[in-house]
Amino acid sequence: MPDSIEKVSIIISKGSFDGIYPGLIMANGARAEGIDANLFFTFFGLDAIHRSRHEHIKLSTVGNPGLHLATMLGGLPGMSSVMTHYLANKMEALDIPPVPEFLEMISDTGAGLYACKASVDLFGLDKSDLIPQVLDIITVGEFYALAAGGQIIFT
Amino acid sequence: MSDATYAGRTVAVDPEGFFVDPEQWTDEMAPEIAAEVGIGELTDRHWQVIKFMRHEYEQRGAGPTVRVLGRTSGVSIKELYELFPKGPAKLAARIAGIPKPRGCI
Repeated sequence: MPDSIEKVSIIISKGSFDGIYPGLIMANGARAEGIDANLFFTFFGLDAIHRSRHEHIKLSTVGNPGLHLATMLGGLPGMSSVMTHYLANKMEALDIPPVPEFLEMISDTGAGLYACKASVDLFGLDKSDLIPQVLDIITVGEFYALAAGGQIIFT
Repeated sequence: MSDATYAGRTVAVDPEGFFVDPEQWTDEMAPEIAAEVGIGELTDRHWQVIKFMRHEYEQRGAGPTVRVLGRTSGVSIKELYELFPKGPAKLAARIAGIPKPRGCI
């Protein structure tokens, strides 16, 4: 085993605010260290690269014990928007960009963005529904070929 | 902490080669540090980033993030990664003689 990581392939499988950001931060951080990075968006993670949806990524306030919010409060109308707004502001203060800008930035760092073919088919999407930074819609097999020789991180 | 010699002068650096005291840095040292991190020749575009890093450090006491670099240095993120392929914020900080940026972004 080499003593440094040269390449990572990060899978983003969830479509919530807290499901998407960790993978984006890991990918951007990899590139900042000179590590090659690929991002593979699958299942609801596709929302992160969906043209009309990726501006409206929301924090899940129901069934999210990390928020330390009473379960019934989490389900109140608008709660998810309020909490998302609150967290997004805190992140902006730390220089963490909104999802659309972050994806554009990660693409500009030279990381590859890919969509999962099975998920694209499942949701009846095609490449025109996805942001232009997405390089390709690929199968699981193609993803493994792309990830060969590096580490795979599932989020 | 250890010592390194650039442009004929001995300076204090941390274990990763970042300057401990940015005051010890001079322009003449930059090409030698760049060569150490695999950048053969410093172009005007490299220098624009290096000067910006120095300026930001002097103003704020820390090197800028890549996001800030991309927005305000006059060099886009895409070009930053072309100039400093192994990570612009880190490499430019090292060449500019300022401490290693510690942010996650």
